[in-house]
Amino acid sequence: MVYKKRLDGRGWEDTRPIEAKAGVIKNADGSAYFKIGKTTAYAAVYGPRELYPRFLQNPKTGILRCFYNMMPFSGMGDRVRPGANRRSKEISMVMEKALGLVVDLHDYPNSTVDVFVELSQTDAGSRCAAICAAAIALADAGIDMKDMVSAVAVGKIDDKIVADLDYHEEAYEEGPVADIPVAMLYNTKEITLLQMDGEVSKEELLNALELAKRVTEKIAQIQIKALKERYAP
Amino acid sequence: MSLFVNTKDIVAPGEALADGMDYLPGAFTYRQGKKILAKRLGLVNVEGRAIKLIPLSGRYLPKVGDTIIVEVFDITMSGWLVRTNSAYHAMLSTKDISRFVRRDEDLTNYFDIGDCLRVKIVKVTSQNLVDVSMKEPGLTKLSGGKIIKVNPHKVPRIIGKQGSMVSLIKDKTNCLISVGQNGVVWIKGKPDEELLAINAVKKIEAEAHLEGLTEKMTQFLSNGGKNGI
Repeated sequence: MVYKKRLDGRGWEDTRPIEAKAGVIKNADGSAYFKIGKTTAYAAVYGPRELYPRFLQNPKTGILRCFYNMMPFSGMGDRVRPGANRRSKEISMVMEKALGLVVDLHDYPNSTVDVFVELSQTDAGSRCAAICAAAIALADAGIDMKDMVSAVAVGKIDDKIVADLDYHEEAYEEGPVADIPVAMLYNTKEITLLQMDGEVSKEELLNALELAKRVTEKIAQIQIKALKERYAP
Repeated sequence: MSLFVNTKDIVAPGEALADGMDYLPGAFTYRQGKKILAKRLGLVNVEGRAIKLIPLSGRYLPKVGDTIIVEVFDITMSGWLVRTNSAYHAMLSTKDISRFVRRDEDLTNYFDIGDCLRVKIVKVTSQNLVDVSMKEPGLTKLSGGKIIKVNPHKVPRIIGKQGSMVSLIKDKTNCLISVGQNGVVWIKGKPDEELLAINAVKKIEAEAHLEGLTEKMTQFLSNGGKNGI
């Protein structure tokens, strides 16, 4: 039990400082910027628009496509090779599933809504930042959404349950670490993303999810505020 | 049993608008349990017991009866395919233009690829296949000028009550202006006057949700668009 204080000094349940802004990319139908600590995500939404090739079209509803991308010098180690890789494809897929549950595209059969998320700087928690930015951008684009989606990574470091791990905490070596990205809906608290890296016991996982509930609620309020500020006089 | 918002408040998706069965969910809202939640980013409008939202953003969705401005992008055996600034293209049949087209005629004699047309939507199917027509006075090809695209939800504000706002811009800039319900605006005039009209339309788009817009625009146009955009 050597992890007595968080590496950057914040409380166990505190997130890093969050900044959010809607409408940052003028050419997009909707866009947003979401920054948590050093992790920075820009999301741009285009559509609903025509979808080709035609075999991808769904005559019953529009579809949602997400594209997650880390910029070449966004990481803390080596340059990230540009373009899609196995990791970014997986994250794009889980984003589609996390957001697809709330967007309602039944009025737009055969069409697509494309969400592009670019991460200009990353320090762990990038898929959560990407989901938060994408949710703001989708709302800004005027897509019907049943609820607001917010995501945060919770986890365990040594014996402590913590919120929003940064890169150095994820790489903590003195004890076991679990990193659990969670996306939750604001009203129903339904979980739309749940992944894990590491190991936890059942009780710890349940505690971590309770923590995620409290933290995502705060993040959702920040997201909603960002959307309102866009149209404030 | 309470209302959390007032008319003209801005709400985001997922926000609770009211609790209890005293209120009814209207456009762009829905009921979850006892609460009424917002489905869109929009302005609240409470009318009696019904709560509805007026969206602030979003793409255009074709609707029968709308007059829109479109661009021809393909020609088929029986007509023209046009872009509508929405998620769906539309078909303009040779039967739906004001002149008779012989069966073997070259359709580019009428409209060629890249032409801009003012058309009316006559049919929209459940799958959003759209038919448009030009068989009405005022529906013509738009030659020359400039095209700008604006948020389709701001179009009523650009037109104004009985077209007051658009006639204001027309008077002050001597431009020909045509506003489509799909958010496409066609402007034709002298280059500097065109620029002023474009800036005026963009200013209305940016400030459409605020009050006192007519006075602001009169002032903006009187001093030649100098007080910023």
